Amino acid sequence: MSDVVVVGGGIVGAACAYYAAGAGLAVTVVDRGPAGAGTTSRGEGNILVSDKAPGPELTLALWSRQLWHQIGADLGDEPLELERKGGLVVAATESAMASLTRFARDQQEAGVDTVPVPAGALHEHEPHLAPDLAGGVLYGQDLQVQPVAAAAALLTGARARGAQVRTGVEAVGLVRDARGGVTGLVTDHGTVPAGAVVNATGTWGGVLSERLGCAVPVLPRRGFILVTEPLPRVVRHKVYSADYVDNVASSDAGLETSTVVEGTKGGTVLVGASRERVGYDDAFSPEVVRRLAAQATRIFPFLARVRVIRTYHGFRPYCPDHRPVIGPDPRVPGVFHACGHEGAGIGLAPATGRLLADLLSGAEPGVDPAPYSPGRFLEVARG
Amino acid sequence: MAEPTFLFDGEPTPYAEGQSVGAALTAAGIRSWRTTRVGGRPRGLFCGIGICFDCLVTVDGRPNERACLVRVANGMRVTTQEGTGHGDLEV
Repeated sequence: MSDVVVVGGGIVGAACAYYAAGAGLAVTVVDRGPAGAGTTSRGEGNILVSDKAPGPELTLALWSRQLWHQIGADLGDEPLELERKGGLVVAATESAMASLTRFARDQQEAGVDTVPVPAGALHEHEPHLAPDLAGGVLYGQDLQVQPVAAAAALLTGARARGAQVRTGVEAVGLVRDARGGVTGLVTDHGTVPAGAVVNATGTWGGVLSERLGCAVPVLPRRGFILVTEPLPRVVRHKVYSADYVDNVASSDAGLETSTVVEGTKGGTVLVGASRERVGYDDAFSPEVVRRLAAQATRIFPFLARVRVIRTYHGFRPYCPDHRPVIGPDPRVPGVFHACGHEGAGIGLAPATGRLLADLLSGAEPGVDPAPYSPGRFLEVARG
Repeated sequence: MAEPTFLFDGEPTPYAEGQSVGAALTAAGIRSWRTTRVGGRPRGLFCGIGICFDCLVTVDGRPNERACLVRVANGMRVTTQEGTGHGDLEV
């Protein structure tokens, strides 16, 4: 008998299991595929505070990056490929620079470390940047991990704390007692008895929540990433264009692209980022890839001399109010959600896992959980 | 008429019409033309049919060409590739 069964072995489910097991709970993780094979494997491993405006998501992000540092200290930076590299946001035009400067000033007041970089000093930080950019802001707190490796390390850590991990097991529904409380999870491989079920299925959180009888609005938002041939270190920070922030915050269903460039330990350089609401359409899109390549070359002209060796794409778990869904569902006692992180799931995973473990074990939560509560959708529905 | 040659690290090297860079180098007794990125180990032909990407070489200044697939040409400049072949970009 488990205290809690976590559905989803991606980065968020892994973090939930890691902290719940650390809180002394008996944890079972189930995933219908291999661990970390969903959206966790389709991003860049961003741990960003730089792209978040003051508000509940930034509060969670600031806490979460501290927890990433702690995880690095506990499990080692190497297994996670944790890089404390910082971010550099660049503006191509004077007007973009003006809004970036205002944005950074508000962030600074909310606890984000920001350092304005005038146009003339950009090359000290990133020698390959285009010569005609208007300036930028340095964010020393941004980090990067290899997300699949990080999820694997967290699951290994959870197992060391007694958790069980079962892959190839798909959640089907709940077992509930006479009063409606959860007593187990029905899967395609039998029932897992447990007093609580955590929905950590990321982009598929909407689908699973319906199976559990307590729907939350999580939808797919597709994104492509280009992968270059292996290179020496050519980009030092996470470098992205100021319009990325607007794209992240927008709710447009149409195609939006901005430039995000970062190196990896393996030598490849990753180029993103696109956003479009096309359901689970898995088709390759030459138009998106062409746009990403052209925009990245605008910021980093040397990329024109470098080959793209492959692309990949995936589906971010998009929630209409751009906030993750974390906490107990008021409709079904024993169901907890931990999904809907859109493009920030890697960065927000530790805070999500820790908050959820606090809520499961009755400990004092590290942040106010109200802004992330699944109950907020019911309040809207009631009007 | 002079025999056609290509340049390998600046040395004029003969070849037969239709040969790949990899075949011409091997025929000239040269078995490695790249060093690996991490260990600096020598590499040359492995699969010979374009699949394994082991035989990467710099051709006319373009790194990461597969020696087994590029047809050699008169005057072509083939150079040993060190690591990624993009060392000039390192910052």
